[in-house]
Amino acid sequence: MSEDNDQKKPKSGIVRRDFLKAGAGVAGGLLLSGGLGFSRLAQAAKSYPAIGNYPAGIQGSSVFMGIAVPRTGPYSAQGEDEIKGYQLAIDHINKGTSLAKAYAPGMNKGMLGKTIEFGIADNQTKPNVAVQAISKFISDKKAMMVTGSVSSAVAIAAGKLCDRERTIYLPAITGSNATTGKDCQRYSFRACHYAYTASKALAPVIKDAIGSGKKVAYLTPDYTYGHSVYNSMKEFTEAQGWTTVNNQLPPLGTSDFSTYLLNIANSGADVLVNICFGRDAVISTKQAKQFGLLDKMTLVMPYMAPFFADEVGADLLQGVYGTTEFWWTLAEKNDMAKAFVDDFEKRNGRKPGWSAHIAFLQTMLWARAVQDADTFHPPTVVGQYEKGNTIQTDIGDVHWRAGDHQLVRPVYIIRGKKPSDMRNKEDYYDIVEGVPGEKVMPPLSKFGCKLGPVS
Amino acid sequence: MSMPSLPLFLSQLFNGLATGLLLSLISAGLTIIYGTLGVLNLAHGALFMVGAYAGFMALQWTGSFVLAIVGGMIGALLVGLLMERVIVRYYYQRPPEDQILVTFGIGIVITELVRLIFGGIAKPVPVPSWGEGITRLGFLFYPNYRIQMMIFVAVALLLLYLLLYKTRIGMIVRAGIEDSLMVNMLGINVYRIFLLVFGIGAMTAGFAGIVNAPILAVTPDMGEPFLVMSFVVVVIGGVGSFPGAIIGGIIAGEIISMTSMFSSAYSHVTLFAIMAVLLAVRPQGLFGIEGRE
Repeated sequence: MSEDNDQKKPKSGIVRRDFLKAGAGVAGGLLLSGGLGFSRLAQAAKSYPAIGNYPAGIQGSSVFMGIAVPRTGPYSAQGEDEIKGYQLAIDHINKGTSLAKAYAPGMNKGMLGKTIEFGIADNQTKPNVAVQAISKFISDKKAMMVTGSVSSAVAIAAGKLCDRERTIYLPAITGSNATTGKDCQRYSFRACHYAYTASKALAPVIKDAIGSGKKVAYLTPDYTYGHSVYNSMKEFTEAQGWTTVNNQLPPLGTSDFSTYLLNIANSGADVLVNICFGRDAVISTKQAKQFGLLDKMTLVMPYMAPFFADEVGADLLQGVYGTTEFWWTLAEKNDMAKAFVDDFEKRNGRKPGWSAHIAFLQTMLWARAVQDADTFHPPTVVGQYEKGNTIQTDIGDVHWRAGDHQLVRPVYIIRGKKPSDMRNKEDYYDIVEGVPGEKVMPPLSKFGCKLGPVS
Repeated sequence: MSMPSLPLFLSQLFNGLATGLLLSLISAGLTIIYGTLGVLNLAHGALFMVGAYAGFMALQWTGSFVLAIVGGMIGALLVGLLMERVIVRYYYQRPPEDQILVTFGIGIVITELVRLIFGGIAKPVPVPSWGEGITRLGFLFYPNYRIQMMIFVAVALLLLYLLLYKTRIGMIVRAGIEDSLMVNMLGINVYRIFLLVFGIGAMTAGFAGIVNAPILAVTPDMGEPFLVMSFVVVVIGGVGSFPGAIIGGIIAGEIISMTSMFSSAYSHVTLFAIMAVLLAVRPQGLFGIEGRE
């Protein structure tokens, strides 16, 4: 990989010099006739040193965005939904719609006059597969941005690779504290809520709802995401007087949870915190029901997966508390959210999951950063993110925290509705509370983020 | 780490048997095909999945879970027979690497076709009405359906045993396992027997798929973990050995259940570690015969 780059850099340097020379001369006229020439000339006028795929990735009339999501495995439903969110965002940006302009004021069609092209790869929920796919996006397609994840293990591996390649990486779903903690990256920015913010927001709500002095058993997927949510939930529930009596660690992609559930059944717990995500969450919860656990214990889902409700059914969800990044009823309070939900539903015949929303939001926030930076030059775009300006979005005003590249954003607490109270077949939850980001962010030192150099 | 209570220990012992029997059944299909045809069928997990989807469709049409089981078996049988006739039979004389690659490829094609038709989101196969509820077995609560599943699986294993050990066809199959060339020379059409064996193996996988469907999520890649587990079972029990598959399955189920009481994170690791040790000490597996391919 690094060899590749050594060969690439001088070559693209020559291209850029030629480009600059030509900018003043004959080729300038040719470019202008392309229709998009003006902004290209504007870019050429600002000379940034070559880095990553800059300027090789912005030579044409389009820029490439690499999307690597799981299309197979336990998180595939969320991965497919992310793709729909990306496609929606790209379409709005390329057409320069009013929704796109609401996120990135001053934008015309495309980003800095360039349309976004994209490629999709299946990361199979495996870090090594994701790294291969992303390497191809960066070296073959000259990607200016890479995005997509459902597993934190994938998001962390992808973040490391893109940081080395000086390419912006925007994870979609990643709940581990490590993503913007000890594994934070200079070129990576997380927009979703995560273990710490979810747990801190949820703990007081479930104490009020379930009672004090409860005994808790955990079902924890055995990788960085699961461990993070377990540690954070343990921290905040024990601080309010609950005790932890059992923690079961099934591997990601488990299909039979019976052994783990029997251990929990014999633990004397009265609250079951199920941290599993995606299909694992669906199977484990159904099996917990079959083993009679949900008759004895109150179920809590600290990091509620998109489509969980559709797959387990409303009966099982009644009164269950969890957190989510987005829920479609936010459209009733926010015009930008309404525009997103309505257009998504028109295209796909169903409401968006939070997987689609986070994909959409990340793409729009990138468009905003590039628009404000007025260049694709990666270090300048990173610098723009790090300014931490307030940005208006469909989840309210948000801003990036420079110290760990985490978006300071609300966490939504949801509760499963009674089936008879549902207004339509996708009306599974009430939003109990939108907890402001400032109230739940960890101190910067908490998870040991040390950002690397920008160039 | 504390010592588990007696009720927990007994619960896990029972659960190990229940999950183990299911592994035995899936592995039996794999091992019969390998033992007879010498083909390591890496599409076995896909056939398991086909059983679940065919059963799901039968359930949609008829509303009867019994007919869903029949549908699941027939679906997997048809796909299995098609596989054997169209592709696999041309690979009997080819090196094992070719057979592994072609069956692996077939597995991917089947999985992706199902994904194309049905999508990636799980299909609902609810527990049948007669399987709902929980039984109190003195020391543990156990879902009724899982107990019934144990009975289904045990009956299926018994039928397979009778077929292999008490019928003329079974005798030929077992003779084929030992020396297919000799069987052929005796004037028996081995290739017809091969087709039959492939069909039985596929049907076994399909049966396991549909009876498992109510407790799993029915998705295109649901067979993958079972393929991996059945390999472990076959390696432990002895490649190509029917009794080995049954004992190996139960041992695997018990190892996972027992170790989970002490450390849930290490239950699968322990299983693989024991398999590795066994491979080193007794490469042919518990019931395998040394030197047989």
